[in-house]
Amino acid sequence: MGTLIESPVHGHKRETIDQAVIRFAGDSGDGMQITGNQFTNTVALYGNDLATFPDYPAEIRAPAGTIPGVSGFQIHFASGQVYTPGDAVDALIAMNPAALIVNLSDLKRNGILILNADSFTEGDLRKAHLQSNPLEDHSLDGYRVFPVGLEKLTRAALAELGLDAKSMDRCKNFFALGMCYWLYNRSMESTFRWLDHKFQHKPLLAEANKLAMRAGYSYCEATEAFQVSYEIPPAKLTPGMYRNLSGNQALAMGFVMASQKSGLTLFLGSYPITPASDVLHELSMYKNFGVLTFQAEDEIAAVTSAIGASFAGALAITTTSGPGMSLKSEAMGLAIAVELPLVICDIQRGGPSTGLPTKTEQADLLQAMYGRNSEAPLAVLAPATPGDCFWMAFEASRIALKYMTPVIVLSDGYLANGAEPWRIPELRDIPEIPVHFATDPETFKPYARNPETLARPWAIPGTPDLEHRIGGIEKQDVTGNVNYEPLNHEHMVHLRAAKVEAIAQEIPELVPAGDPDGDLLIVAWGSTYGAITGALGTARAKGARIGHVHLRYLNPLPRNLGEILRRYRKVLVPEMNLGQLSMILRAKYLLDVQSYSKVQGRPFKQAELEAKFEEVLAER
Amino acid sequence: MATTTLPVYTKKDFQTDQEVRWCPGCGDYAILNAVQSVFPELGIPREKFVVVSGIGCSSRFPYYMNTYGFHSIHGRAPAVATGIKIARPDLEVWVATGDGDSLAIGGNHTIHMLRRNVGIKVLMFNNKIYGLTKGQYSPTSEFGKKTKSTPYGSADQPFNPLALAIGAGTTFVARSVDVFQPHLKETLKKAAAHKGAAYIEILQNCNIFNDGAWLDVTEKDARSEHVVALEHGKPLIFGKNRDKGIRMNGLQLEVVALGNGTPQADLLVHDEHNPNPVYAFLLAQMHDTPGFPTPIGTLRAWENSQYEDVMAKQIHDVIAKRGPGDVSKLLHSGDTWEVR
Repeated sequence: MGTLIESPVHGHKRETIDQAVIRFAGDSGDGMQITGNQFTNTVALYGNDLATFPDYPAEIRAPAGTIPGVSGFQIHFASGQVYTPGDAVDALIAMNPAALIVNLSDLKRNGILILNADSFTEGDLRKAHLQSNPLEDHSLDGYRVFPVGLEKLTRAALAELGLDAKSMDRCKNFFALGMCYWLYNRSMESTFRWLDHKFQHKPLLAEANKLAMRAGYSYCEATEAFQVSYEIPPAKLTPGMYRNLSGNQALAMGFVMASQKSGLTLFLGSYPITPASDVLHELSMYKNFGVLTFQAEDEIAAVTSAIGASFAGALAITTTSGPGMSLKSEAMGLAIAVELPLVICDIQRGGPSTGLPTKTEQADLLQAMYGRNSEAPLAVLAPATPGDCFWMAFEASRIALKYMTPVIVLSDGYLANGAEPWRIPELRDIPEIPVHFATDPETFKPYARNPETLARPWAIPGTPDLEHRIGGIEKQDVTGNVNYEPLNHEHMVHLRAAKVEAIAQEIPELVPAGDPDGDLLIVAWGSTYGAITGALGTARAKGARIGHVHLRYLNPLPRNLGEILRRYRKVLVPEMNLGQLSMILRAKYLLDVQSYSKVQGRPFKQAELEAKFEEVLAER
Repeated sequence: MATTTLPVYTKKDFQTDQEVRWCPGCGDYAILNAVQSVFPELGIPREKFVVVSGIGCSSRFPYYMNTYGFHSIHGRAPAVATGIKIARPDLEVWVATGDGDSLAIGGNHTIHMLRRNVGIKVLMFNNKIYGLTKGQYSPTSEFGKKTKSTPYGSADQPFNPLALAIGAGTTFVARSVDVFQPHLKETLKKAAAHKGAAYIEILQNCNIFNDGAWLDVTEKDARSEHVVALEHGKPLIFGKNRDKGIRMNGLQLEVVALGNGTPQADLLVHDEHNPNPVYAFLLAQMHDTPGFPTPIGTLRAWENSQYEDVMAKQIHDVIAKRGPGDVSKLLHSGDTWEVR
């Protein structure tokens, strides 16, 4: 329980607690993502562990005030370890009735509810399909409700600046942010710095937002609205330098690092698609690293241009989401046939077809594994956390270059947009990626093999006397000449499979988290890591003998997975699909693994997993 | 500046040991011969050439060229080539493609590569038929064409490839013919010297599935009556006795007989650098207009910024301004804090 101390300001008490989950919700034009990101940065700088969950609509600006237009940003921060953005919300900031209605069910009983009172007008209530005003009809009894006239108060605070009403109203999210800074006892400094930078050419807007934020802060201090403010001490994280990092930023940085460590030019061929576009945006800023970003005319040109760049000697990548993966399938087969290094990032989203562009899912696993014509194996990796996206981008590049193979990185919308404090690695701890271009005409054969990796040599245009032709038609082993012979084809099919399988030789062996053997093993991959880790701790605290392996390598699988699977009485595979990994495990290991599936466009909640673990453990 | 001596190449240096597998009598042999004859004369080291193709008869081309080569997938050669050229502007990237590969499945990549003005030279073998899949109509087949897939005649209007290229803003647009070897070689050389994207339609005979499709252009007797060779700065004159010309009449072109009161001075003088694309567009339409000869040669050649140059310059300028990237700084960018 928290401890109460007297605040220096009379009448307020400050309570020390160990964690909080807050959610900003408003219209997609209300700046909720910015507000959430600013709160996140401030919390991170203070030293809390945290996880975030931005949840925004696919429509850029649905009609203002309507339910489809609601955008949310949730952050869970604590003085201990944080594994998920939180199941339920301690404080909800709702900028209009629609935001209230969409989010209220996630607010804890007796939770803090800050409402923009100015928006509870007849019109906005109607847009939220409300018959009566929640501020008056007692439907909010049981919550700590704080109606605040955000628009009126913001306008009053900015009256001297001479801004028009619309510009003033656009600052109201910073008024709310200022209130939250007071409520959780945070400094406004880093947001001030951010505003100064963001509006360096529009100092008036920087000033307006600062004023609004200060006004929100002072409002809490001066009024008796809140009796208590909260203090959440810094977390005890592994010592080191930290920064806040989202999955998509991490992917971009991981590729730049791989480019630097391999000495190769980074080439990104990409076509804008949610939720992958941020990788393109991020990399297009890194021109001083020599990064070439090509916004192609379509998904197919995005991947085929990358294949061309790879042929020419670049570290070539392409980034997309599910629908784009479908379009890239044939080209991935080409990359497999010509045996060129290529990294394909699939930031998964809800499907099929256009599906849920802004919502998360893990249902492209089988597509990544098998979604190409004929026998077309490639390596598949999956980061477990936003920060892990950095390492998996680097690892995918390393494997692609070493084995001359395409590699798929399966991220998802939750990792892509979610952020966490990330311990910045020391440069010296990141290995070099050796790359050897063929140069010797005496020994060069386009499809000769490295006996260890089965990789073929990489001879790039511009190298004298190594002129050769590659292509999607079946090739004769060693010479690379076009070849239609039945036995050569069978040999090549086996060879391509063996090459991908050879990667397993350097995949680290799995070590289960929790119990090394026992009643239940959780096997999972991707963004479910945090929620499972949290639920595992709860289950073990209750005495369960339960372990967890999280697969960051999905093809090939770690060598000791089969052995580990047999150490436990039961195996459960939670996935945001209808059981795709469990299908692979059943086929490969002939084990009755159980699937636990959720496909709602939302990540697993820790509580859901805890309940499922208990249920499975209780089964005889 | 140090000078490096280039090896003296012959046609043989650009031939491979692969058995050429086009049908005997195919127009592709003539095109291969022209390219293998021209490349040695360009003064470019052989290892700098990359020949890229998609799928189709024409797309077997790279296997027969002793250069770097990439036989990619159907329609995607312009995109593969774009990746190569952006990554390595120092390379000479040529695309061999056909009317199906370039204008049906690869239409999108073609127009976008052309509008970006990536420095790629496209050889589009136009035989107005799908040969490799054995005889279906193509996007350049004439309306009503009876083929295996259109037994009652095709319902499609054909593309005019050069009009399409001009519309896409292509900086070099030309036409030649497989059997007009000297003209084809000259056209290839001009394309090679051009800075930016080049689109060359090569009228090519498929003697198996669409034999004689270009007979009105290629037949010896008819040739001079049905073809007008475009030469920069020269009037548009054609005919066996060079007695016909083309002139402007309002916004139209018209064919006029010389000597009957029409002085040569009235004729259109070819200006391949004409900044107005409408002129080149009118030339491109002649081929589809009854009574007009088919123009061969360079319809349009102008300069515009090259995509890969702009990309390289942006990188150069940012590095000049901010210095080369420092990964340590990148890792520590934004707000950071230390946990002790």
